[in-house]
Amino acid sequence: MKKTILRASLAAFAIAGYAGIATAEPVDEKLTIDGEREMTVKTKAPEGHPFDEVLSGWLFRTKETRALEADSFANPGMLRVEEGEALWNKVEGTAGKSCSTCHGDAAESMKGVGAAYPKWDKDNNRPINIELQVNKCRTEQMGAEAYPFDKGGQKPLTAYVKHQSIGMPVAADLTAGEMQKWWDKGKEVYYTRTGQLNLSCASCHEQNAGKYIRADHLSQGQVNGFPTYRLKQADLVSLHNRFRGCIRDTRAEYPKAFSDELMALEVYVTWRGTGLSVETPGVRQ
Amino acid sequence: MKSSLKWALAVALTSIPTMAVAGMVAPDSVKIEDGVIAMSVSGTAGNPEAGAKIFKSKKQGNCLACHANTAMKKQLFHGEVGPTLDGVADRWKPGEIRAILVNSKAVFGNETVMPGFYSLEVGKNPRKDLIGKTILSAQEIEDVVAYLGTLKE
Ligand code: HEC
Ligand code: HEC
Repeated sequence: MKKTILRASLAAFAIAGYAGIATAEPVDEKLTIDGEREMTVKTKAPEGHPFDEVLSGWLFRTKETRALEADSFANPGMLRVEEGEALWNKVEGTAGKSCSTCHGDAAESMKGVGAAYPKWDKDNNRPINIELQVNKCRTEQMGAEAYPFDKGGQKPLTAYVKHQSIGMPVAADLTAGEMQKWWDKGKEVYYTRTGQLNLSCASCHEQNAGKYIRADHLSQGQVNGFPTYRLKQADLVSLHNRFRGCIRDTRAEYPKAFSDELMALEVYVTWRGTGLSVETPGVRQ
Repeated sequence: MKSSLKWALAVALTSIPTMAVAGMVAPDSVKIEDGVIAMSVSGTAGNPEAGAKIFKSKKQGNCLACHANTAMKKQLFHGEVGPTLDGVADRWKPGEIRAILVNSKAVFGNETVMPGFYSLEVGKNPRKDLIGKTILSAQEIEDVVAYLGTLKE
């Protein structure tokens, strides 16, 4: 009996997989977390954007995955956010300080921060993201070592800081310093075809958003949920890791995390999602 | 040529795909005229069964990533980035299909997202171990051309 049901559902699965065409559009649904916090998953695109509407990657995921993000108890990324909270209060380094020594209650001091990054960093004359800002505080204020890429507390602490802006619209300030120049450079990276497969970000996320590429439903490649919880990896995934993965899939060599190329890409792609809610930690397949 | 001889040659060639073989055209010497490559790029005919395997394989053609193909409906997950290939042999002649596979951009224009499978015109920073290499070998191209030739409505 059980076997028959399993077989029947496998067959249904096979048909759905084969006839992806019927279900390819993003869903037309609202994301309300825990039944109370309304998120903007669809909004009018900013001036000069190639799309009329920007859409969160959440709209392209399955019903099950969407449900996980809509319930903060079910969202597996929230456990990592809690780890981030512990790190926020943990004294590290020669100065005997924690993040909270200087910033106090993150719910107040970090509210809006995640929505406004990447920012212009005058000291280093380049854009800075949350990961690099955390490292700057660690080395310059705490006498602690910088976290290596994706290691130590980098992912949970970044997720914790960004989570304080959940629901707020993404709005990076491109007028500060030379942000516009970095936006230009990021745009160039976005449209440059790489690798043996000769594809750019736009080949997949602009020309083919909404379509299936084998088993993957292509979204607009928005960054508002990062670090996201990826079910496939059963872990938080950082933005630069995702960028590198997508570039690697074109069969290209990929740039270092936080390199000029990827920082420029972060500035540009963040702008492409202007107005979407910060979803950190988003849940993805 | 007797067909048994053709087969023997095809088998021999697939096992040594990168060696220069008489009749094989190197990727940078292929001439596409009016969207057509009239002659086999490997110097031999293709094998449709081998072509079907290459078409499905994620490591080789991975054509299903972008194209649905009802003849392969047992395979899960057909992409929809490109058109369905049902009846493709009714729409295109073998020389045209060969040109699309070798360098789709020469047929559809530079904007197409379909990779050139026997072309050295690749994107920036190709993976180091792939420099100077094509996605498919000349014989693999011919095998896929032969397979697509079977897709009639
Ligand atoms: C060969 C196709 C392909 C290319 C090229 C590609 N991506 Fe992706 N990307 C995917 C797939 C598949 C996914 C997972 C499904 C989805 O979210 O779209 C993805 C996901 C993403 C995500 C996560 C979206 C979310 O909601 O969590 C981001 C961000 C992203 N890509 C950015 C980029 C950028 C920037 C580039 C260029 C450097 C790029 N991609 C190039 C296929 C591609
Ligand atoms: C990354 C996506 C992608 C991959 C992989 C891909 N194609 Fe395509 N293909 C396309 C697109 C898109 C078109 C439509 C042409 C255009 O408008 O750019 C196309 C068109 C075609 C056509 C013409 C179809 C028609 O009816 O007009 C053929 C034949 C074809 N592809 C065969 C193949 C084969 C065989 C493979 C694998 C060896 C393959 N393609 C791999 C994207 C792809």
